[in-house]
Amino acid sequence: MATATMNYLRQHKLPHIWCPGCGDGIMVGALLRAIDKLGWSKDETVVVTGIGCSARSNAIIDFNTFQTTHGRALGFATGLKLARPELNVVVITGDGDGAGIGGNHLIHTARRNIDITTILVNNSIYGMTGGQYSPLTPAGAKATTAPFGRVEPNFDVCELVKGAGASFVARSTVFHVRQLEEMISQALTHKGFSFVEVIAQCPTGFGRRNKMRSPAEMMKWQRDHAVSAEAASKLPPEKLEGKFLTGVLHRSDRSEYTEMYQQVIAEASKRGGEQ
Amino acid sequence: MRYQIQVNTKWCKACGICVEFCPKAVLAQGDDGKVQVKNPEACIGCQLCELRCPDFAIEVGGVEK
Ligand SMILES: Cc1ncc(C[n+]2csc(CCOP(=O)(O)OP(=O)(O)O)c2C)c(N)n1
Ligand code: SF4
Ligand code: SF4
Ligand code: SF4
Repeated sequence: MATATMNYLRQHKLPHIWCPGCGDGIMVGALLRAIDKLGWSKDETVVVTGIGCSARSNAIIDFNTFQTTHGRALGFATGLKLARPELNVVVITGDGDGAGIGGNHLIHTARRNIDITTILVNNSIYGMTGGQYSPLTPAGAKATTAPFGRVEPNFDVCELVKGAGASFVARSTVFHVRQLEEMISQALTHKGFSFVEVIAQCPTGFGRRNKMRSPAEMMKWQRDHAVSAEAASKLPPEKLEGKFLTGVLHRSDRSEYTEMYQQVIAEASKRGGEQ
Repeated sequence: MRYQIQVNTKWCKACGICVEFCPKAVLAQGDDGKVQVKNPEACIGCQLCELRCPDFAIEVGGVEK
């Protein structure tokens, strides 16, 4: 297993730049194991990222990697997938990158249902720039930009992309690393826009300010606040207060964008031929 | 020894995650915080340390696929 992960890593780039205990490395491990089990080759797989700590995954992952501008990974990924529909396109983004500056790209990519897998690492904070709040920072949590606690509520980003039209939506945490790998695997094989929210720890930018002193303590928080969607359906609402759901949250069967676009190309070629 | 636990101390960042969540208290942090295998006989080969290590620094050998 470890050998499989090693084969997909640029080992000369290790140790990586992430802080001790950062959740990003655990997410990368789960992604690499899922891809390895699917047998995807490095050449047919492209990982697109924007800006942020999670975006730095691209420094260590040995696929075709494409680091773009802040919040715009999905725009670049859409262009790539339209030009080369045969490639497996994976986007790794953060809560600031994906739901903040890139939120508009996120909803419209979901709406198109283009066959891209998006992994959004939600560490509740802008890690790279030192701990400003993002649209996914919970109300009451502290950030450099919210020293007395965050005032307004956060998005439920899974509900957001589901509402926008994503045809596969799942959530897991880096604590639940086996479930996480399974969710990523299902997302990778789903045809259409698939989205996995990964609850992860940023000990440096979030934990220290929010009374969680170690990475392990933050993972215990994940353990204690996650409820599987299956279990939740049998629980009374008061038992779910303050908890978040994990597992596959939504799956639907909708036409996929590049396939629909092929029809436009076919039609245009036919008409071009008539002239 | 049924399972062989290998630690790459060059990559280990002493985060303590593997130590905290090992169900059998096989691992411990040394003076430098980096992980050490203290009680290898107790290892049950669950691989949780390997899967949760953010730094690809610990590997459990001898686990059947
Ligand atoms: C256009 C633009 N605006 C702002 C920045 C500064 N910036 C870099 S990373 C970042 C936030 C990233 O946060 P998140 O997506 O949550 O990722 P994390 O670092 O937590 O993984 C910001 C605002 C930038 N690089 N480009
Ligand atoms: S600042 Fe936070 S997100 Fe960035 S590497 Fe450090 S722990 Fe990870
Ligand atoms: S494989 Fe399991 S039991 Fe063995 S050291 Fe790792 S976490 Fe502990
Ligand atoms: S989880 Fe990895 S980096 Fe952290 S102490 Fe264990 S071996 Fe070291």
